[in-house]
Amino acid sequence: MLWSSLPGRLKTEKWMNVQVGDIIKLENDQFVTADLLLLSSSEPLNLVYVETAELDGETNLKVKQALTVTGEMGDNIDTLAPFNGEVRCEPPNNRLDKFKGTLTLDGQVYALDNDKVLLRGCTLRNTEWCFGLVIFGGPDTKLMQNSGKTTFKRTSIDHLMNVLVLCIFGFLVSMCTFMAVANSLWETSDGEVFTAFLPREDGINAPLSSFLSFWSYVIVLNTVVPISLYVSVEIIRLGNSFFIDWDRKMYYPKSDTPAQARTTTLNEELGQIKYIFSDKTGTLTQNIMTFNKCSINGKCYGELFDFSGHRVEITEKTEKVDFSWNRLADLKFSFHDHSLVETVREGNAAAQAFFRLLALCHTVMPEEKKEGELNYQAQSPDEGALVTAARNFGFVFRSRTPETITVVEMDKQVVYELLAVLDFNNVRKRMSVIVRSPEGKLTLYCKGADTIIYERLDPSCNKLMNVTTGHLNEYAGDGLRTLVLAYKDLDEDYMEDWKKRHYEACIAMDDREERLDELYEEIEKDLQLLGATAVEDKLQDGVPQTIEQLAKADIKIWVLTGDKQETAENIGYSCNMLREEMKGIFIVNANTAEGVKEELENARRTMCPDSPVEPNVIRSRAGLFWTQKTVNVPDEKVDGDYGLVINGHSLAFALEKNLQLELLRTACMCQTVICCRVTPLQKAQVVQLVKKYKQAVTLAIGDGANDVSMIKAAHIGVGISGQEGMQAVLSSDFSFAQFRYLQRLLLVHGRWSYLRMCKFLRYFFYKNFTFTLVHFWYAFFCGFSAQTVYDEWFITLYNLIYTALPILGMGIFDQDVNDRWSFQYPQLYSPGQLNLYFSKKAFVRCVMHSCYSSLILFFIPWAAIQDTVRDDGKDIADYQSFALLAQTCLLVVVNIQICLDTHYWTAVNQFFVWGSLAAYFAVTFTMYSNGMFFIFTSSFPFIGTARNSLSQPNMWLTIFLTALLCTLPVVAFRFILIQLRPTINDKVRSKFRKEVLPAAKPRRPPMRRISTRSGYAFSHSQGYGDLVTSKRFLLTRPLKSRPILFVKTDSALAENRPQHYRTIREEQEEVHRGP
Amino acid sequence: MMASSYNAKDEDGHISVSGPGGGALRSKKPENTAFKQQRLPAWQPILTAGTVLPAFFIIGLIFIPIGIGLYVTSNNIKEFEIDYTGVDMSSPCFNCSQNFSWNSTRPCTCTIPFYLEQSYENNVFMYYGLSNFYQNHRRYVKSRDDSQLNGDVNSLQYPSKECEPYAYHDNKPIAPCGAIANSMFNDTLELFYHPNGTKVPVPLTATGIAWWADKHVKFRNPGENQNLTAVFQGTSKPVNWRRPVYELDYDPLNNGFINEDFIVWMRTAALPTFRKLYRIINKKDNMVPTLQRGNYTLEVVYNFPVRSFEGRKRMILSTISWMGGKNPFLGIAYITVGSVCFFLGVVLLLIHHKYGNRNNSADISN
Repeated sequence: MLWSSLPGRLKTEKWMNVQVGDIIKLENDQFVTADLLLLSSSEPLNLVYVETAELDGETNLKVKQALTVTGEMGDNIDTLAPFNGEVRCEPPNNRLDKFKGTLTLDGQVYALDNDKVLLRGCTLRNTEWCFGLVIFGGPDTKLMQNSGKTTFKRTSIDHLMNVLVLCIFGFLVSMCTFMAVANSLWETSDGEVFTAFLPREDGINAPLSSFLSFWSYVIVLNTVVPISLYVSVEIIRLGNSFFIDWDRKMYYPKSDTPAQARTTTLNEELGQIKYIFSDKTGTLTQNIMTFNKCSINGKCYGELFDFSGHRVEITEKTEKVDFSWNRLADLKFSFHDHSLVETVREGNAAAQAFFRLLALCHTVMPEEKKEGELNYQAQSPDEGALVTAARNFGFVFRSRTPETITVVEMDKQVVYELLAVLDFNNVRKRMSVIVRSPEGKLTLYCKGADTIIYERLDPSCNKLMNVTTGHLNEYAGDGLRTLVLAYKDLDEDYMEDWKKRHYEACIAMDDREERLDELYEEIEKDLQLLGATAVEDKLQDGVPQTIEQLAKADIKIWVLTGDKQETAENIGYSCNMLREEMKGIFIVNANTAEGVKEELENARRTMCPDSPVEPNVIRSRAGLFWTQKTVNVPDEKVDGDYGLVINGHSLAFALEKNLQLELLRTACMCQTVICCRVTPLQKAQVVQLVKKYKQAVTLAIGDGANDVSMIKAAHIGVGISGQEGMQAVLSSDFSFAQFRYLQRLLLVHGRWSYLRMCKFLRYFFYKNFTFTLVHFWYAFFCGFSAQTVYDEWFITLYNLIYTALPILGMGIFDQDVNDRWSFQYPQLYSPGQLNLYFSKKAFVRCVMHSCYSSLILFFIPWAAIQDTVRDDGKDIADYQSFALLAQTCLLVVVNIQICLDTHYWTAVNQFFVWGSLAAYFAVTFTMYSNGMFFIFTSSFPFIGTARNSLSQPNMWLTIFLTALLCTLPVVAFRFILIQLRPTINDKVRSKFRKEVLPAAKPRRPPMRRISTRSGYAFSHSQGYGDLVTSKRFLLTRPLKSRPILFVKTDSALAENRPQHYRTIREEQEEVHRGP
Repeated sequence: MMASSYNAKDEDGHISVSGPGGGALRSKKPENTAFKQQRLPAWQPILTAGTVLPAFFIIGLIFIPIGIGLYVTSNNIKEFEIDYTGVDMSSPCFNCSQNFSWNSTRPCTCTIPFYLEQSYENNVFMYYGLSNFYQNHRRYVKSRDDSQLNGDVNSLQYPSKECEPYAYHDNKPIAPCGAIANSMFNDTLELFYHPNGTKVPVPLTATGIAWWADKHVKFRNPGENQNLTAVFQGTSKPVNWRRPVYELDYDPLNNGFINEDFIVWMRTAALPTFRKLYRIINKKDNMVPTLQRGNYTLEVVYNFPVRSFEGRKRMILSTISWMGGKNPFLGIAYITVGSVCFFLGVVLLLIHHKYGNRNNSADISN
């Protein structure tokens, strides 16, 4: 819900009603409804802060600025409502980072760029309100343009089933044709002469009779076509979906979110996943940065050791440092190493300088609504974490003006004069501030990437540098994001001179950037090393373990993130996807198609020198009527583990038609693939590429709007729920709160679902084919007259009652080994990926098994009943007794078969199997009783059959014999297979029987790894330095004083505020579906 | 790796969580029941050498004696069969089989002599057997009206359409209607014993040959104890029959629809070659065998035509045992299956010894 201001006043409107040209008011923490042209905002300089994590996964706040001419309107409805301008812009497209257009207002033309546009999917942050003009709405928004098509998802088993049903139809028609031909032969040879006893109906001759016989057999044999199959399949899927919903081990107590199967038709595909595409922010990580460790003057802080000197793992239960001495401390901050606080409070100069630097060198904006309640608005979470750390250790950044920074240093207020901010950018990889202390000392404080700072250090700190490098390597090995801190005392005269030149450079018309860079370069040298910080981009719980498990299950995980390369790599290391031991990590970063091609080829050559230039492509056909062409690029063998990191702009080239196979081959050779800076659409394209050329089942997991397209594109989409924003969850098939539940979803639920579905299908086809083929054999003895073997009631009730429940019981409860063993042996997952349990081959095996069983089921009773009489001499070789015998044999055999197939015998299964048999006998005796015959004489002609024949010992001996003959070969065959070629399941099952589950290994503190790579990662962007030093920023501030605004927003309008986000999300969905 | 507080144990489902505001306040946490958590207690059998091999041997050991018992029992049953179709020129019934007409007034009779090599103790059952007669043809099987046969007066007048083309004759309903009834076996078989050149008729019992349920429940005459002739007034006899249904026997308890020959015929056979019980030769006293060794003649009133469809007619004399008539199949099958089981058991044992241990000790590669 939001406020739309036409005509002339604000009113609350649903998202679906927003139209192009509307003016919309947004408030803090609201989602942006449509692509808006920013008109005005509550903040100084008409700035608006937005979080784009939903769009590109980046966690830092971004700034948008309205045109001054529109910004002047402020929140004055009277001027906004009649606002009359003309916007000309590009047509709707999916480029998130580009916007071009013009605004014509009173004859004046203003240029519009991406900075003035709020995209749908962003969240407004730290901004009281803003007004925007809708440029693109609904499906035209850039987010929706990126979201890809919604396709109807079906599992591969569904497709296979369709093909099989078609084949079965063909089989049925050929059986019936055979019957028709045989019938015409019989009619001409035998039937012709038998007319004395069995006259033909008028006008029916042999050819017509064979035609009729064709259709009669279509009716008799139609049970091969599994009509009830689809119903049962859906019931089983529904059951398995409920088990996912009910699973307590996928329930996240902190946000009270259970897992949810939003689609009930894709379960078994969860057991066949080969590729996982994961988002980073919010999926692998918690989106929380914590100041974890630091190295100050060569001493490392932040780790705990026990008495014997071993590292102690830090858990939630570890005692936290008490910061209560600091009345300005942030209570949410936690740190575990007491020695650092003591060091700082003792007055260690280096430690104090370290935190002073952290309190001064940044672009954070403070907000102090109440005395002592500080709130930082950091542009990047890294920076927020560092400034908060300084705050808690007694160096509280209190407030800033463009010229001063006020810091409370150990309860003493100190005001520094801010002389210059040497802003951060991706090339410099560092930022500095120059400040003058109250004592008049001039100092330059600098923080940045280790590689960059080390080049600019004074030679005197070489020794310290070596020690710090050691610490940095440890931090990098732990996957922490590091920054190196350094300072330099400046000379007053030199500073005076530098400042002058800086001013000149600032106002220079040309080469401004270069001249500034030179100046920065000049002053940032001969630095004194202070130490290093290590910030943890907090992974979600259990992410590395989950990834390890999934890797053991032979599932490939690709990370697709909109974030920067360094951050993505860093996460790769911290969640164990990239490892130091890897033989090589290739980074594809080129900006031209040729460059990308070369880099990919080089990578491939390095991994596999003798791989052919042209990819080995297997083309085949599949699908209904074999109309689909499929292309398969087989995996190529590589020795050793490699990683691939590819950048968004390179990926754009690599996804072109001529390079995509090259990309796929190279990427599939690598253990780990990380794509960074990718747009939502590219994510989907990557997924589609793998889908198309690997014929493998893919899963995409993500939490934000930028993941929607990939979630829709993959076979299975998983949304991380329980966080802000429901876009991903709404388009997902399964959702849960934590990434680690993925292993349970796949390795337990997915595997079981697949196993159950396949067993179900195999058994279902078996039982129906066996049932039907007996009719086929009987045809040879009844003149192909379409006489059924069984009582018609049995035919009706066979699928409906007698065999319905045991098979459902198996399809819902069966498990080969329990969940703990599934986790213990993730390899159990691989049969699903290879499609081993149910395929065309398995189906053919199934049909052959049915043929055998049906032969036994017909010919054993046939032979046993020939010329047989009862023990009182009356004959029981009649049709009704034979039918009863055959159907009883059949039912016993299919029930024994399900006993052989069931691995997990719960009471329910027992009840179903025995219950079905009992029901059969009960129903049979009832239907063949005198009472039923008296009531419905012509419906129950089998009166007395059960009594008369089932009392005979040779009937039971026959039933016993058929059951055994059908069962024994199966048992023997399976036993031989287990002995000769045991599958992984057999091995685990026999181990499971003999041994108790090995106790979970006590989690040792992870092994210390030393990395020589740079752990630098800083999600920061340029431009904030200018902002905080802007003079206008100072001027505008008093004009739009906050208290007035607060009064305004707390007025009538505020009462209409939406209570919670849920309504918004639901409306969002409506917008999705709406025109 | 990072120091993470994640511990797999926490996910075991028994951490107590208090919802917002303490207590289990409308938490969405799924219930901890064995069913919902898929932890139902279960028996998980697997095929191990310890269960499969003994099973095979035990089945073998059980089946072979059963098979031998069945086989011996079946072999002890005495059975005598004689084909009286009259295909051969030399056959006494050759003439009768040649000139055939359903409605010939003069019955053709033939006499077939035979010699019983063994004497038959206990009750002897006399069957007639037909071959190549498709009593199980779909159109044949359904060509009857059970309501009519159950004595329904309405169905007597208006037979079911299933009976077509034997539902009406000369605009009168046929009783009993349908092709089954119409084609009823109507040869008359009589047996004579010839001790020392004399001719002694063997007493044949015509009742007690149908199932109790058929005789007393399924088949009933229309009208309560009325004169059958009156009841069937206005109906026509089946086309091929010589006598109407109410003249099948003199005994009122064996006449009309409840005539046992008729009931036996109406219980259609499952296969095109079948035998049906015709008469019982009851044992008279314990000293004399029911049928002594010696010369016999079978006198056939040859009515039922089978030559046209190359059918055969047989007369069978048989004794019975606890497992019914002579059928060596079950015995042989049990012996075979038992032996195969035993043999398979040995083979599986060998396979298990040679390969099984190797595979079981092999650890699962991680």
